[in-house]
Order: sequence, then structure tokens, then C-alpha cells
Amino acid sequence: MKKLAVCALSLLLALAPTGLGRAAEETELYVLAAASLTDVMAQIGEAYRETAPDVRLTFVFDSSGTLQSQIEAGAPADIFVSAAQKQMNALEEEGLIVKESRRDLLVNSVVLIVPADSEAAISSFEDVEDEKVKMVAIGDESVPVGQYTQAIYEHLGLWEAVKAKANLGSNVRAVLAWVESGDVDCGVVYATDAASTDRVRVVAQAPEGSHQPVIYPAAVVAATQRAEAAQAFLSYLAGPEARALFEAAGFTMAESAAE
Amino acid sequence: MNLSPLVISFQVAIPAGLLTFVLGVWAAHAVTRAGRLQNLWDGLLTLPMVLPPTVVGYFLLLIFGKNGLLGGLLYRAGLSVVFTTQGAVIAATAVSFPLMYRAARGAFEQLDENLISAGRTLGLKESTIFFRVVMPGCWPGIAAGALLAFARALGEYGATSMLAGNIPGKTQTMSLAVASAVAGNNRALASHWVAVIMGISLITMLALNILTGLQRRALGKATN
Repeated sequence: MKKLAVCALSLLLALAPTGLGRAAEETELYVLAAASLTDVMAQIGEAYRETAPDVRLTFVFDSSGTLQSQIEAGAPADIFVSAAQKQMNALEEEGLIVKESRRDLLVNSVVLIVPADSEAAISSFEDVEDEKVKMVAIGDESVPVGQYTQAIYEHLGLWEAVKAKANLGSNVRAVLAWVESGDVDCGVVYATDAASTDRVRVVAQAPEGSHQPVIYPAAVVAATQRAEAAQAFLSYLAGPEARALFEAAGFTMAESAAE
Repeated sequence: MNLSPLVISFQVAIPAGLLTFVLGVWAAHAVTRAGRLQNLWDGLLTLPMVLPPTVVGYFLLLIFGKNGLLGGLLYRAGLSVVFTTQGAVIAATAVSFPLMYRAARGAFEQLDENLISAGRTLGLKESTIFFRVVMPGCWPGIAAGALLAFARALGEYGATSMLAGNIPGKTQTMSLAVASAVAGNNRALASHWVAVIMGISLITMLALNILTGLQRRALGKATN
């Protein structure tokens, strides 16, 4: 029995040191970013190598709520980019982010999409009520985009009519997939989802003021030991090079991003 | 296609499989002899199998995070498991452990007690009995458990993303790569990884079935 215990212990020890002794000349920054930023952040990371070759960016992608839990548990983190204010507010209240560094970085918009080859005359959110739309895909009420969709249609006074022909997706990707495959006449997703595929067409933006803006805030994490490098990257995210990449991905820069 | 998720998956699943093997066999052997607390131990050790993996991951994050009990100690020693491959190994081990443990326990309980008693009357040391009588008698069941645990470790997602994070090139295993590809609407990439995972898992399961067949034949012989 002891042999086995010794075996287990030595295995554990053998595993332990592999992550240590990293080269010291590079500054490593942990950037915790919402999963919806996966592709665009990877591109920005590559572009940033030219600006700051001595900084190595390590991206961690997950839902904003999971990233919040990881920061609260003391995971290595220098920058946090959340897909909603809620998680950032919680961290600010707990004193876990540098308050002065916090800024609204990106805005995502809610759009109505149809399959790329659709011939139906759907051109506005109001058209969904019309009988030319048999079925519309929207997120269910547990999904943020579903909550925004409901707010938009309550604002337009059409929620009951739309709900009656809605097919509810358990996440925004399901909604997108149904529209891509043509199984529904139209769907409501984020502009960034629509920009990720050629198989759908955006026919309308949500009416101004019909829902709370979808904002991605960013901040330096209080526990960082590389505050200067973290602040520099945060400024880069709000700058012109990053802007071009964010906009190509369907995002809009928040008005206060560059301040 | 960047192959790092494949490499990372094996870098995680192989040590996790070995750890699970040693810990699972040891725990099964210990629990079989635990007397009155046997049921409680059994329940506790099986818990990671029935809990949602994200819950297991959350517990691990609380324990191993810098503000956690064990994580605080490790941090002072200059070690961190959150967002590292070691973290992924720990998560995969925790989730796959009950499969190994239960398989080993089942195998131990099927072994003819008389063989062990015979060893004792012959004056063999307990460790000799374990390695020369118990293990050889139980190996097909234990090997099947080890394969199942390995396959589970290879496919781990929930606990891994909590403790080790989803870091491309560092802790992003094949399962995490699929999740990321789907989130990024990169269907082709997701499908590639799904095909690779299915292939590997199928091979593992075929090996498992062959082993179970061997076990049945061995049992058949023992009863004849």
C-alpha cells in the first residue's frame, strides 16, 4: 500500500514544476475576455506583437460570469473584458478591479437577420408580426439576447404576437444556426453573430432606444503585478488599430472608449 | 489546423489517467477495508461522477485559487495551478477518478477471498498479496476502469474550463477547442475536432470492450 501512496506522491511532484521557470525578459499579461471576443481578440493579440514585442498576451475565454468567479478566486488576471456590466459592477464593488481604469469599450447591436438567399420581404422588426413570417427564432428568456429581444418587442407593443410564432433558442448560436439553415424565416441576434457568417443577411437594426445598450466594459484587475503593461494594452484596445479589427467583427466602439 | 489542442489533450489525459489509476486503485483497496465508514467514503469518492463537472470545477477553483485554502499555501510556495496545464490535470483527475475507483472496487469485491486467505496462511506480506495475488486476479476489471477513466479525462470540459481556463496553446484541450469554435461560429474547425475526438474515443471504447470480453472469459473459467 505504501508503494502506491509513494507512487501517487511522486507523480504529483513530477507534474508540479513543469509550469515554472518561465523566461523573465517577457512580460506576460493574462487577458480574461468574454467568449464572444474569441476570434477578434486573437487577431488583436497578433497585431499587438508589433506594437509591444516584449509583451506576451495569454487569453482566457469563457462566459463573463465564469471569468468573474475565476478573478474572485484569485486566478492570475491582468485585464478583464466582460460582455455585460453586471459582472464588472460586482468586481468593482468587491474592489477587485482598478476603478479608474474601467471604461466602456465596445457596443454590440441587436439586429434582425434573414437567410442570405431569402426572398421574403422582411425589412424591419415590425414586419415579424406580419403573416409573411411563419416562424421567428429568438433567444429564450435565460439568454441575454432573448431578454433584449423581448424588450424590443415590448417597446413596439408586439411582444404577444411575436411570442406566438417564436422558436426559442437556448443560446444565440442556436438562433443563428436556425436562420442559416433556413428553418425559420428570420431571427434576432447580435450584429457580431451576423458578421461571423455569409449565410445570413442583416435587414434591420433594433429601433433606437428600444432596449438597454449592449456594452462590453474593460478594466485592469486590481491584483495585477504589471499594472503599467496592463494599462498600455487597455489603451491599445481602445485605439485605432484595435478599432479596425473590432469593427470588422461587427462591433461598434463605445463613445467613451478612447477617453 | 493548429494541432496544439490534440497535444495538450494528451499532455493532460496521460498524467491524469496515471494519477487516477494509482489513486483510484488505492482508494478502492482502502475503502474495501474501511469497515463501518465504508458507505460514507464510497459516497464521497463517487460524488465527482454525479455532480455536474462545472460544480466540481467551481469547488476546485475555490480550493486551488490564490484565495483558497490549498491554493494560498501553493501560492506562497511559488506554485499556481489555476490557468495551467497542472490545473487541467487536476480537473481531469477529479472527474475521472470515480470511474477508476468504482471499477477497481467492483473487481476487488469479485475476487475470491480464499485466495487472499491462502496467501496469509502461507505467511506472505500484505503488500506481496496485493501485488502478486489481488492485482493479477483483478487486472481485466481494473484495466477496463483505467481505459474508461482515461477516455473521460480526454473528453473533460466543464471542470477544466473552470480551473485551467480556456487558453489557446496552453490549456485549450480538444473539448475546449470545440466549445470555442462553436462560440466563434467556426463550424469547419468544430467539426474537425469533433471527428478527431470521436475517433479517439471510439478506439478507446473498442479496447474497453475487448478487455471486458477478456474479463468475462476469465470469470467464466474461474467458475467452471
